[in-house]
Amino acid sequence: MIPVFEGWGMSYEAAWTVSTIAGILLIALPLMLAVAMVIYVDRKIWAAMALRRGPNVVGPFGLLQSFADGLKVFLQETIVPSAANKGLFLIAPIITFTVALAAWAVVPFNSGAVLADINVGLLYILAVSSLGVYGVVMSGWASNSKYPFFSAMRAAAQMISYEVSIGFILICVVLWAGSFNMNEIVLAQRGHGLGIVNGFVFNLLLFPMWVMFLISSLAETARAPFDLTEAESELVAGYQTEYSSMSFALFWLGEYANVLLMCTLNAVLFFGGWLPPLEIGFLYWIPGFVWLLLKIAFFFFVFSWIKATVPRFRYDQLMRLGWKVFLPLSLAFVVLVSGWLMFTRYGA
Amino acid sequence: MSVAQLIKSFTLWEFLKAHRLTLKYFFKPKATINYPYEKNPISPRFRGEHALRRYPNGEERCIACKLCEAVCPALAITIEAEPRDDGSRRTTRYDLDMTKCIYCGFCQEACPVDAIVEGPNLEYSTETREELLYDKAKLLANGDKWERAIAANLEADAPYR
Amino acid sequence: MLQAFAFYLFAALVIASATFTILARNPVHSVLWLILAFFNAAGLMIIIGAEFIAMLLVIVYVGAVAVLFLFVVMMLDIDFAELRASFMKNFPLGIAIAAVLLAELVLGIGAWQSGGLELGTASGEAAPLLGRSNIESIGALLYGRYLFLFESAGLILLVAMVGAIVLTHREGRAVRGHQDIAKQIARRPGDATVNTRPESGKGVTL
Repeated sequence: MIPVFEGWGMSYEAAWTVSTIAGILLIALPLMLAVAMVIYVDRKIWAAMALRRGPNVVGPFGLLQSFADGLKVFLQETIVPSAANKGLFLIAPIITFTVALAAWAVVPFNSGAVLADINVGLLYILAVSSLGVYGVVMSGWASNSKYPFFSAMRAAAQMISYEVSIGFILICVVLWAGSFNMNEIVLAQRGHGLGIVNGFVFNLLLFPMWVMFLISSLAETARAPFDLTEAESELVAGYQTEYSSMSFALFWLGEYANVLLMCTLNAVLFFGGWLPPLEIGFLYWIPGFVWLLLKIAFFFFVFSWIKATVPRFRYDQLMRLGWKVFLPLSLAFVVLVSGWLMFTRYGA
Repeated sequence: MSVAQLIKSFTLWEFLKAHRLTLKYFFKPKATINYPYEKNPISPRFRGEHALRRYPNGEERCIACKLCEAVCPALAITIEAEPRDDGSRRTTRYDLDMTKCIYCGFCQEACPVDAIVEGPNLEYSTETREELLYDKAKLLANGDKWERAIAANLEADAPYR
Repeated sequence: MLQAFAFYLFAALVIASATFTILARNPVHSVLWLILAFFNAAGLMIIIGAEFIAMLLVIVYVGAVAVLFLFVVMMLDIDFAELRASFMKNFPLGIAIAAVLLAELVLGIGAWQSGGLELGTASGEAAPLLGRSNIESIGALLYGRYLFLFESAGLILLVAMVGAIVLTHREGRAVRGHQDIAKQIARRPGDATVNTRPESGKGVTL
């Protein structure tokens, strides 16, 4: 985009600034719209699997429900509890929301269509997602209320635990792709399965990694069945208990933006990102971002499907799964994958 | 743990089975109705919002016997009575606290002249609490509004009384 | 221009947040300022082209270590009055340390002004690989020249971890409520219940 702006007679720096801001808006605004729609879709899918109708009054088929909710929340008063630590209380949802948006900078939407095409893209995502815990912990502590605090403790422990196994899973992918750059990871998946299908998931060594990544990403975003941080039967609404109005909405938006990000990561790391699913010439006529959006939509359906199916885990079960099952398994697979690559690709 | 169970747990077999079930439900017809636009049929005996009825000539039925006030387990009814100018005994005050009422229907069973009845209306939510403290005028207005439905329900239920 | 602007922004923020780390009355605020300092230090790393180190700084320090700090500090019930009371007691020691630090600072500035030491230029095997990303350079160094040091550091950490587990692990004492989840999952209705059809008056044998 920079040459376009330079063509309009801007200096390089000005063109860079303008194009970066344009890129951010180009990602953030559709993302916000997508989050609104995805909340609606989530409610609809959940309702359908429980034989209910879901939102169907606002707009055709209830499509505008999220916007109505947003307007309602926007017009409400922001209540700050008198015992709360005011500054942190208000910063916490902003952090959650910002961090959820920041990770999208390195997601490749098409060949070369990345806001920040950095060498360490995957590490960047890991770093940013590890920041997400601060919003939750700060809100829990600043609320000065026991349920949010318990929830914050749970969230911190849960996110750290699952980040470890996610890290090892990502190492397997990176080893196979030979790069931390998201675009190169996508390109490495071209024709990966017998030269016909695109995606690391069709690799016998990486398929179990994908299953674990899917489950870990549920835990990382604190989504059902791992939504212990907002388990309403024990913790009211968890760390969101004391929040109202826009500060509550920011948590809500950030949470769903994170869910979408995890869906995107599933698509990009294991299902070939913007590549068509099959390595056939005419499928490339459809632009890459359409394929990526289709894959994201599919994974979001899977997330909702799981939410509608699996009951909530107990906290000790969650910890056991993370540390005693996923961690050793993913470690074993790091050894397996690197050993396999050593013998086949690098010819030890 | 047997080998079969080990395989079962590592292939997430039971989770997959559960997901197949929910996917089947996903495509099933909905069990719920589209409420404000569709409504379920209700029984003639349905006990909804209260109403004070009138005779066809416009005379109010209530004779201020206070049986409903006496039988009301929630003490929701308050009645005051005086002889009217023509010498008949009528209520001057008939207050019904809908926030106390438990919709047991004892008042309409106790009533000797079918004056106080619970009609079929169930959609009378209000924005303030005060609006739920019904007085005689409100109850009579309800009676006028719902008379046809109430009369039909009483008729339908009459053989079983 | 952009680089200079970014450098001064990050550097100023590092110094400011480091100052607030010390000055903040509330220890939780201190930790949060510390996290901001880490974060901006990562920004500085990116400016000098060490993006791998920057990301590791964020993942390891901000994402894991600082969370543990925050955990501990939040759980502590700190009595500020008592803290201030002990301030006078430790005052002489504090002054002594401050004097040493000041002396070091003066010495450092003096040494820097008298001309740089020839340490800054890398040569030989330790030089970064030209034209390759710094992940590859670091990998080549860690697993090449510094393999022994790297592996022994890993071994020491492993020993520390095993030691921590040995210190806290309780095997013999039966912990109340201990459960074997695999056993629980493996349990089937048939293990616990029996369907019988006893004749009347005969009862059942359990």
